[in-house]
Amino acid sequence: MISKPRRILISLAAIAAVAVGAIVALTGYLGSIELAPLPTAEVAEPLKKSLTKVNAAFTSSWKDLKLDAAPQALDHTVARRLSLALTGATPSLEEIRRFEKLATNGDPTQSWLSHLFEDQRYNNYLAERFARAFVGVGPGPFLIYRRRRMVNWLSEQLAVNRPYDELVRDLIASEGTWTTNPETNFITVAVIQDGENKGPDEVKLAARTSRAFLGISLDCVQCHDDKFGDRWKQEDFHQLAAFFAQADMTVSGVREKETKEYEAVYRGKKEASTVEPLVPFSAELKPEEGSRRDQLAHWITHANNEAFARAAVNRTWAILFGRPLVDPVDDIPLEGPYPPGMEILAKEFVKSGHDFRFLVRLIAASEPFQLASHSGDPVMPVTAEQEAAWAAFPVTPLRPEQVAGSIIQSASFQALDNDAHIIDKLRRYGETNDFVKRYGDQGENEFQEESGTIPQRLLLMNGKLVGERTGENPIMNSSTRVAHYSSSEKQAIEAAFLALLTRKPTPEELTYFEKSLIDKKQKPRAQASADMYWALINSTEFSWNR
Amino acid sequence: MNTSPFGACHSSDHLSRRFFLRSSALTGLGWLTPLSQQLARGAEKSGSRPKSVIVLWMQGGASQLETFDPHPDSAISHGAKAIKTSLPGIHFGEGLEQTAELANEFSILRSIVSKEGDHARATYHGKTGYRPFPGLVHPAIGSIITHELPAPTLNGTPVDIPTHISITPGQFPARGGYLGAKYDAFQLHDPVNPVPDVKASTDQKRTARRIDSLNVLEKSFAAGRLPELEKERTLHRSSIQRAQSMMSSHQLAAFNIKEAPKAEREAFGETRFGRGCLAAIRLVGAGVRCVEVTLNGWDTHINNHEGQLNQKQQLDPALASLIKGLKERDLYEDTVVLVATEFGRTPKLNVTDGRDHWPHGFSVLMGGGGLRSGQVIGETDRTGKSQDPADKVLVQDLHATILNRLGIDYEYEFMTSIGRPIALSDGRPIAALL
Repeated sequence: MISKPRRILISLAAIAAVAVGAIVALTGYLGSIELAPLPTAEVAEPLKKSLTKVNAAFTSSWKDLKLDAAPQALDHTVARRLSLALTGATPSLEEIRRFEKLATNGDPTQSWLSHLFEDQRYNNYLAERFARAFVGVGPGPFLIYRRRRMVNWLSEQLAVNRPYDELVRDLIASEGTWTTNPETNFITVAVIQDGENKGPDEVKLAARTSRAFLGISLDCVQCHDDKFGDRWKQEDFHQLAAFFAQADMTVSGVREKETKEYEAVYRGKKEASTVEPLVPFSAELKPEEGSRRDQLAHWITHANNEAFARAAVNRTWAILFGRPLVDPVDDIPLEGPYPPGMEILAKEFVKSGHDFRFLVRLIAASEPFQLASHSGDPVMPVTAEQEAAWAAFPVTPLRPEQVAGSIIQSASFQALDNDAHIIDKLRRYGETNDFVKRYGDQGENEFQEESGTIPQRLLLMNGKLVGERTGENPIMNSSTRVAHYSSSEKQAIEAAFLALLTRKPTPEELTYFEKSLIDKKQKPRAQASADMYWALINSTEFSWNR
Repeated sequence: MNTSPFGACHSSDHLSRRFFLRSSALTGLGWLTPLSQQLARGAEKSGSRPKSVIVLWMQGGASQLETFDPHPDSAISHGAKAIKTSLPGIHFGEGLEQTAELANEFSILRSIVSKEGDHARATYHGKTGYRPFPGLVHPAIGSIITHELPAPTLNGTPVDIPTHISITPGQFPARGGYLGAKYDAFQLHDPVNPVPDVKASTDQKRTARRIDSLNVLEKSFAAGRLPELEKERTLHRSSIQRAQSMMSSHQLAAFNIKEAPKAEREAFGETRFGRGCLAAIRLVGAGVRCVEVTLNGWDTHINNHEGQLNQKQQLDPALASLIKGLKERDLYEDTVVLVATEFGRTPKLNVTDGRDHWPHGFSVLMGGGGLRSGQVIGETDRTGKSQDPADKVLVQDLHATILNRLGIDYEYEFMTSIGRPIALSDGRPIAALL
């Protein structure tokens, strides 16, 4: 622990350093000093092959439906989508300026992705998104569940691009303690701590496993056979649950105990009966060796278990687009039919060795991701049919932490990654949590699309975070800094639009805001700039992915 | 999709399903069960419908034995004292003296049973009428009411403040669930503080300028995009408008309990819960549909009697003043009041003199809204051995009763986003209360 006076001293020094650094670097972001361009990346050969197949699937489906595709999205727009999906915030002005200088031989999307994959924010943010599906958002059982450790572990796996099948096997078959083997938190989050059924809850684990890794909502048949189709029987669920029966809580953490059995009461029966572990389909893929959880883990992640690859594709697609390819994200029919792209993406993902970054690169490069969410001609706007067929990019709500992250990011010119100063990080952590709570977090139902709410609007119109980040503050806020240090109104407005909306202003917008800034000096100018920032943050465009 | 807690539901799927429901009843398909038909008719006869609901939520599990269902002088009372109420032969736990005097103003339900013994699950069950179901969040009763009833008005003026409010909700605020986040309760912490974020951060002139520049941005955003984007999906600009109406509404005063006379504030008790109940009356008076006020701290696994008494001292003045206040304002007939909890507590004391969770026969109060009062429904046994109380009432039956009383077709099946139709409530109205 640092003592209090010392902490204040450190903070003051930091503020001074930030201020001096900021003014020196400022001219760079505003356009007059040379910033280094981003390193270039190209569409690699294996990616090119897969991409041709994916694109063909979509273009032929559009042809069948007699739909035209929306025009190509701007490179800036694609970069914004990727930053929001993979780092939880809009790109910083500095990153955008470097992106704009990209050498012409580089592929913009692939170069931007290479840039993001190197960023610690990518590991951290995506780990949190994964954790929602794998362990949920709740605090979980007391002492034996450490969500933070789990997220850190996932972040480490993402940092080295661990093959996705290996990662999932680790979770399902994990053994040890929740602190030294953080992947065991996948099991301990489901532990019942009191009562007759103490220990890991097979029902919860089976439900989580089938949803997160197979994209099948098998838990719907926990109490009775499938009412809405005859695919699943009650046995299917309980036989899957039986794979978790031998997971046991011991002094040395999660262990397998071979004598434990799973019992269930079937509908219409009075007595509980012992249930043998059986997989619900493709039994030939299950190895006979290993512990029950080992066997299950290998069966789920088997290269020929298409459900596993489809579930990964669907979730990754949903993270990138804000909407899954098959909705809901964890209820993909086992025998189809599938939307175009799904089966090819799944196959290519398996072929890549379950390479997660490859999958992200492939989806990001695909035609649907590269399209605009608007038409080229305002008289003929995008139609619902186009959007439904992925012939136009869907407009979806941003998640609360993406909105908060973007507000905080936009107040500074440089990316707030791990190199960002400690006071920036501390402030961001506290502010984000408070904001997310008030904005309304959907928890595990993160792809349930909901309209904007009044508390959300009040929070963005009048709330503390926006007020502090757009108010007059020459040290901390870009709104004041662009007002004072840009060489022209146009430069200030462009910087604001790029920092907040990742696009340049339209001629009409430029004229409008030039009028509001021109001839104003000192405080009135800073206020006019703050008002512009406020308007940008309160626009639909800021809170929605497009 | 184009619905909000401030407006009636006009969605097309909703209308067509309603139409189907009506026409099927007309053609004799018998969609409605005889019981609900009978109840619906009965309710119509009794005149005007209540307009609002107040839920007082006893978080943690109030002990039926120390509150509304004591068994004086039995072994399971474990020495807890009981007091007489205004109903002959009916007792409450000590500490509820003011409420006991008003026992003829509500009905006492002593036989609520459920299958949920875990706080989170049982609270979900209590607030939504459904047990937790993976992949789906059911709406809380206040969300259903705001969704189903038309946008409220007060003396002909639309209500500009949120119409579904949770006060001091803690971990479990009322949620819109499959009806959408716009039906989430507006959350309010101790009403002693002003409502957050309703004050514009700049003067009027700058605010006007900000809104004006917003219009420029919205115009470029709309260009070439889906024509119904605002109306059917984002509701962004309409939410800003409603937020602005709320910010400038004099109805915001309803939140400000400091406006109430000192004597009234004191009568509710100088507690957070007391202030919440006072705010609830003021909000219902301003046209709000549903207010939920939570009193946390009932989870007495250790020293049950002492813990329960402490809770009752907060509940008693607030609840009694709430009923009296509603009556004085002529709002009691218009407002259903429900005092509920997630489960009761075990008849046995544990080794630390606490009582543990007991979902096999616990108590709630229901009154106001033209419901029949002064009745005791159900009975638990004096030995505490039975898990099967007489005249059992299920948690979902409370929901069906309230919705039915409000004139809402509780059996109506809503088509959820996962493509599964779910009834607003799958309980049955309690005939004795209607």
